Amino acid sequence: MTPELLQQVLFYLFGAIAIGSGMAVVSVKNTVYSALFLVLCFFNVAILWLLIEAEFLAIILVLVYVGAVMVLFLFVIMMLDVKKVTRSQLKSGYTKAALLIAAAMLVQLIMLFAYRLKSQLPADDLIRQGADYSNVTEIGRSIFIDYVYPFEIAAVILLVAIIAAIMLTIRKRPENKQIDASKQIHVNPADRLRMVSMDAEKGDGEES
Amino acid sequence: MMETLIYLAWTMAKILAIVLSVILVVAYLTYFERKVIGFMHSRIGPNRVGFLGFKLRGIGQPFADVLKLLTKEIIFPQKAHKFLFVIAPMITLATAFAAWAVIPFSEGLVLADINAGLIYVLAMTSLGVYGVIIAGWASNSKYALLGALRSAAQIISYEIAMGFALVGVLVAAGTLNLTGIVEGQQGGIFNWYFIPLFPLFIVYYISGVAETNRLPFDVAEGESEIVAGFHVEYSGAAFALFFLGEYANMILISALATIMFLGGWYSPIWGDSWLAQPSILWFIGKTAIFLYIYFWLRATLPRYRYDQIMRLGWKVFIPITIVWIMVAAVLKVYQIGPWF
Repeated sequence: MTPELLQQVLFYLFGAIAIGSGMAVVSVKNTVYSALFLVLCFFNVAILWLLIEAEFLAIILVLVYVGAVMVLFLFVIMMLDVKKVTRSQLKSGYTKAALLIAAAMLVQLIMLFAYRLKSQLPADDLIRQGADYSNVTEIGRSIFIDYVYPFEIAAVILLVAIIAAIMLTIRKRPENKQIDASKQIHVNPADRLRMVSMDAEKGDGEES
Repeated sequence: MMETLIYLAWTMAKILAIVLSVILVVAYLTYFERKVIGFMHSRIGPNRVGFLGFKLRGIGQPFADVLKLLTKEIIFPQKAHKFLFVIAPMITLATAFAAWAVIPFSEGLVLADINAGLIYVLAMTSLGVYGVIIAGWASNSKYALLGALRSAAQIISYEIAMGFALVGVLVAAGTLNLTGIVEGQQGGIFNWYFIPLFPLFIVYYISGVAETNRLPFDVAEGESEIVAGFHVEYSGAAFALFFLGEYANMILISALATIMFLGGWYSPIWGDSWLAQPSILWFIGKTAIFLYIYFWLRATLPRYRYDQIMRLGWKVFIPITIVWIMVAAVLKVYQIGPWF
């Protein structure tokens, strides 16, 4: 088996698993299972990226989406304790919007195929790099030298969005019993504790 | 074809060597832990089980424990999700061992010397939480679920501080390759990164203790509050896998602290004497220091309250790391000291 053939086989294998688990995400009824299928899907996409020698992006995908975002998703799903979705719930509501979005994406994909057939897109030959080529360095260069302003502006916008989200959702409820940490640290025993010296009492031998 | 096979067999042999030594270290780590804590409590610790009738200060205890756990029955709770219940301990163990693939033990003694080594380790350790979450949910028990939720919140919080601490190392070393990071610290104790990055070093180690769910951050298990947390329904070999995963992760965190802050396999002494030679023994010795601190903390500190853990992670560690990344960047720009 030549390396190219092996790569083809691996591509179709993991691509198929990615598509299958992606379909399972929307068709499984238990929400926890669907989140776990999404994790599987991310993993397979990461493997596809490894196959085109984008190891940094592949690891970042696992780190950010699987290691952080999906953990948060699972956390929320488990905490809300969503019951199994019934068939009637599946049909109602968002179906039309979902179909619209799916149709738009399908049209885009078909257009892409059309361009590809008319050979208006570059050929799919992978440009192989030497073993000492580090795509971490390359990505670092393009982010922090070539595209430094767009990158920094995007980062600031995200930061503002995070702070705004926290400010919008924070509520001080009257029944909240949270203790102010600095108050807690600066407690002085003399304010709360009174040492009393008492003479030892002598019982008269009766059972109390 | 033949070369490929030999290459594969050689790689498998290396993997086996790493896994077996990690398992063996885990076994004796439990013994060491019980002895250290016994010493701190003024007790003797395990001293009965030996080999061939000799007690040998209880040196056979880990094997007795392993045999006991393996021969016990695995009990499935009636309404557990069977598949996830079985796969959860496997996930914990697999992620704990997978990260070892890029750890350099000594010069050239590494399974996969990849460029993005640091990110890979971070990704693998962040996956470990899935074992905990899935175990907690699949057990269908309220204590297990509570433990899983606590663990998820804790690991997400401390991963940020840990990641930022690693960014400081990244700035200092200028590479993500773990071998490269160690080589940047060549030449005696004053060239190690723990001096310019001291706050990050402390934050990294404490976050590491929190990530592995060890005392004083073990609210995910918290036996006085939620019985045993996420693994309350597990028994026998499945429980043993969780145990193995947790200890393998502890060793991993210690090894990483050694690599990134204490100069890996380099000797603290500079010069040409035989003591100054780089060796795997230095690596092992430094790792052992961090493992000892794990047990020291366990015997010394009481468990944190849950809101205190969150406060420490978000309001103390993350600001410290952000400020110190800036400091490290300034040091790097002006090329200060032997480090940058």
